[in-house]
Amino acid sequence: MSSLILPAVLNGLTMGAVYALIALGLTLIYGVLHIINFAHGSLLMLGLYAAYFLFHFWGIDPYLAIVIVVPAFFALGYVLQRGIIAPMSAGSEQNVLLVTLALSLVIDNLALYFWTSNTRTADIAYAYDTVEVLGAYLTLGRVIAFFAALLVAGLMWLFMTRTRTGAAIRAVAIEKRGAEIVGIDVGHTYALCFGIGTACVALAACLLLPTFYVTPQVGYTFVLVAFTTVVMGGMGSLPGALVAGLLLGVIEALGGLFLGESLGQLGIFVAFILTLLFRPAGLLGRRPT
Amino acid sequence: MMRFASLGQAALVALVVVYLLAVYLLPSQVWMGFTINALAMSIVALSWNITGGFGGMASFGHAAMYGTGAYASAVLQVQFGVNAWVAFAAGIAAGALMGAFIGALAFRYGVKGSYFALVTLAFAEVLRICASAFEITGAGRGLQLTLQPGVATLQFNNDRVLTYTLLLGIVALVMALTAWLKYSRFGAYLVAVRENEDAARALGIDTYRVKVTAMAISGAFGGLAGAVYLQLWLFIDSSVVYGVSISVTALIGPIIGGAGTVWGPLVGTLGLHLLGEGAKTALHGAPGLNFVLYALVLIAALRFLPQGLMGLAARIGVLGRKGGDDA
Amino acid sequence: MTHHINRRGLLKASGAMALLSGLASPAILRAQTPAIKVGVLEPLTGNLAYNGNQCAAGARFAAEAINAAGGIKSMGGAPIELVIVDAESRPEVAAAAVDTLAEAGVCAFTGASASALGLASSQAAAKYDLAQVFSVGTAEAIVERGLPNVFRFTPGVTKITAVALENLGLLNEAAGKPVKTAAIVHEDGPFGSQLAGIVETELPKLGIEIVEKIAHPTPHRDFNNIALRVKASKADILIPTNYINEYTLMTRALQQQRVELMAIYSILGGAASNIKFVRENNDIAQYVIDCNHWYDPNKEASKALAASAAGAGIDMTYDVMVAYATIQVIADALERSGSADRKAMIEALAASDYDGSIMPYGPTKFVNGDNVNSRPVNLQVRGDKIEVIFPKEYATIEPVFPRPAQG
Repeated sequence: MSSLILPAVLNGLTMGAVYALIALGLTLIYGVLHIINFAHGSLLMLGLYAAYFLFHFWGIDPYLAIVIVVPAFFALGYVLQRGIIAPMSAGSEQNVLLVTLALSLVIDNLALYFWTSNTRTADIAYAYDTVEVLGAYLTLGRVIAFFAALLVAGLMWLFMTRTRTGAAIRAVAIEKRGAEIVGIDVGHTYALCFGIGTACVALAACLLLPTFYVTPQVGYTFVLVAFTTVVMGGMGSLPGALVAGLLLGVIEALGGLFLGESLGQLGIFVAFILTLLFRPAGLLGRRPT
Repeated sequence: MMRFASLGQAALVALVVVYLLAVYLLPSQVWMGFTINALAMSIVALSWNITGGFGGMASFGHAAMYGTGAYASAVLQVQFGVNAWVAFAAGIAAGALMGAFIGALAFRYGVKGSYFALVTLAFAEVLRICASAFEITGAGRGLQLTLQPGVATLQFNNDRVLTYTLLLGIVALVMALTAWLKYSRFGAYLVAVRENEDAARALGIDTYRVKVTAMAISGAFGGLAGAVYLQLWLFIDSSVVYGVSISVTALIGPIIGGAGTVWGPLVGTLGLHLLGEGAKTALHGAPGLNFVLYALVLIAALRFLPQGLMGLAARIGVLGRKGGDDA
Repeated sequence: MTHHINRRGLLKASGAMALLSGLASPAILRAQTPAIKVGVLEPLTGNLAYNGNQCAAGARFAAEAINAAGGIKSMGGAPIELVIVDAESRPEVAAAAVDTLAEAGVCAFTGASASALGLASSQAAAKYDLAQVFSVGTAEAIVERGLPNVFRFTPGVTKITAVALENLGLLNEAAGKPVKTAAIVHEDGPFGSQLAGIVETELPKLGIEIVEKIAHPTPHRDFNNIALRVKASKADILIPTNYINEYTLMTRALQQQRVELMAIYSILGGAASNIKFVRENNDIAQYVIDCNHWYDPNKEASKALAASAAGAGIDMTYDVMVAYATIQVIADALERSGSADRKAMIEALAASDYDGSIMPYGPTKFVNGDNVNSRPVNLQVRGDKIEVIFPKEYATIEPVFPRPAQG
């Protein structure tokens, strides 16, 4: 068993990178709009289908598809927030949650209707190649996702801290009314955030597709872990989501190794509950005011 | 219990009552079966309403209590041969304990708002995973009661009308308890906590105790709902009773019907079931699309009925009396 | 071989006769014959949607074939009309859907992909004396409850596991007993857990020691750890039981972690009997064996079904086959009883000795609702095809066991 620990940890890190990628978009939305976006998993599923169809019909490699899918999903997210979520939730936190839930029901079942429940996989030969690291075989597609997660988290952090738009977003997140007074268009900023969050999840989808499958239900596979990652990292904290994602990947891997894969999933949720109880601000988050 | 803010509310409630009684007379078994499901689910909606509606603590994991009620009752019957009535009562108690436990832990650390929603969701997931991993809960196989209709085994499956009547009785009882709570001193404390916890504390209310008690009561109703499910369908597994869909069912009914009202959870659950059935009939032969229609109507309802159906009805034919959405 | 050709010729002839009789009955008369309603209760939405939709497709193909061949002849060529309802992957919805079927006036119905759904629906249908012919319902509780309206046409988990292990013993024997140890990987839901439990107690009797047993949830995101544990256990063979998505991830992880196995011997393994898996993962699918529900590919009706499915762009999975066969069983019962009355259907089904279905079963014989002559089939992936290796009389190829060393 002990010889398995190192490979398990390394594999866990690469899986955790995927969690982090998915959670980056969610944490931005959570942190700025203060909403639990239950449609996040469905948007991931849509992203996977988008990348899949680009590959299937036009032979576009999922890694190249990023340049098409990510801007398209930014637009989709912007429109969803501006056109549906904001007007339909009428400002109530509970309603936002339910609107996104209903939205996920719409997206999932449209996918089921139009694309059927068949499992689809993009057969990208090199994605299943392995990279040998410290004697462990790691999936190439996952290793790419790992470095992409680091890069994206870094870029987004720079965007948030070094650009005017980023500053506006942070201002809205901290003090909505104050931001309004100094002339920031809050509705636009919210939609911008939702757009960026959706673009992130689309990016995660492009990086996930080569090593995973697509079905209309695939979003559920990741959505709860994504929430856990967001809360553990501290809501709205981009570096937090990265660290928490990687950590959860390792916790899951070790939990699986020592408790069995079924019970091993517990590790994730126990970590989740402990964080919520003892460090509600998350590993790297600020204390909520 | 029967204090209504407006003629509209009285009419809405009357409509529901007439419908529930009409089910006896309708020749169609489809309505009976469908209403049985709606009633069974309205119990967990009523459970959510105690904490989410009156207490303002919106949980996203009422499956934790529901599943615990179902599993406690099933484990006692299947693994220990305990009498069904005793097991049923134990299911209610287990739900209450689970509610109190989650509440005590969460409120001890000041968890509230969307954090509370997420912590309850996480508890439900932890319990789901445990139930599917340990042998005593049937591990992944689930637990199956022996089919043995009779009063001693609490199985009335071969008598539809009796099943329906019993369910009506249970729902009426839970609603009566809700009404009693609402107009009790405790109910007033609970609403005070929802409206302004700091002010409530300043007035000398032990808010922690009030909140945990509310979770226990809600948990008892949730456990009851789970135990009822078990007696109806005789089989449970972890994804059926601890799944997210139960948690969604629990909160969606009260919010659409009118959270924090006595009739809201029943009105909402019934309305949503009718909507689901209508969508299914309208889009027969296109499975999936019925859920799309359902969800679209749901979104519209959230937008245009901020106080739920009871809130809408309250605005119709207002009686010359203060009290807002009273029922 | 001559026997084979003869049988095939006979089937062709009977098919042609059926077609003729269909043509012979005047069209006007047939139009006036009221359709007989048969229910199909499957999870068309929710997490079992894939299986449910495949089953519904199979049932549709069967009804089309029966109607094209002249409908139910004893009832004046009455066509079969399917009433398809959605169980939404939830037991209580499955039970409520039975009301809809009863109200629609179906004479019997088929369903319901998962045991939990089947338990709820058969219990609800008992009140109506409405027969449920199980397409897939592996849990033994389904037939153990003694409900008179339950007819499980396909084998349950006990029989499937027993046959699978018996065949594994035969294969191992023939190869000179190279297999000494096995690892079990199973999904932790009702069917995977029950099956793995039986394997755990029965496998040592074949002289094969179980060195690792790993349960995993469905869905499961990463199988690298499981592959590592299987590798560390140094098991000779792997016995997996899970659904297609997890199966695919698992086999890919096994390859990536360079796990050396003499064989992958799945029992109800989802993907090894799924042509889509074979098509999309051809290299890693080679020589994988599965013991599962399967049809007799040599029958004319089977070939026609395969052609219709290909035409409709639907993959031939066991779900399509078993649903097709259960409609055949119901049609045969209608043919014999000459009545669409529910009670008459239960009697006709209970007395069924039908042997014309596409399944390799021999005459149907329901004992306490369980078809004692049902049996699973062993399949092996060879090239881009799924071939039958057991039972011998239906085999399309000689098994290769253990699999050749990969190079």
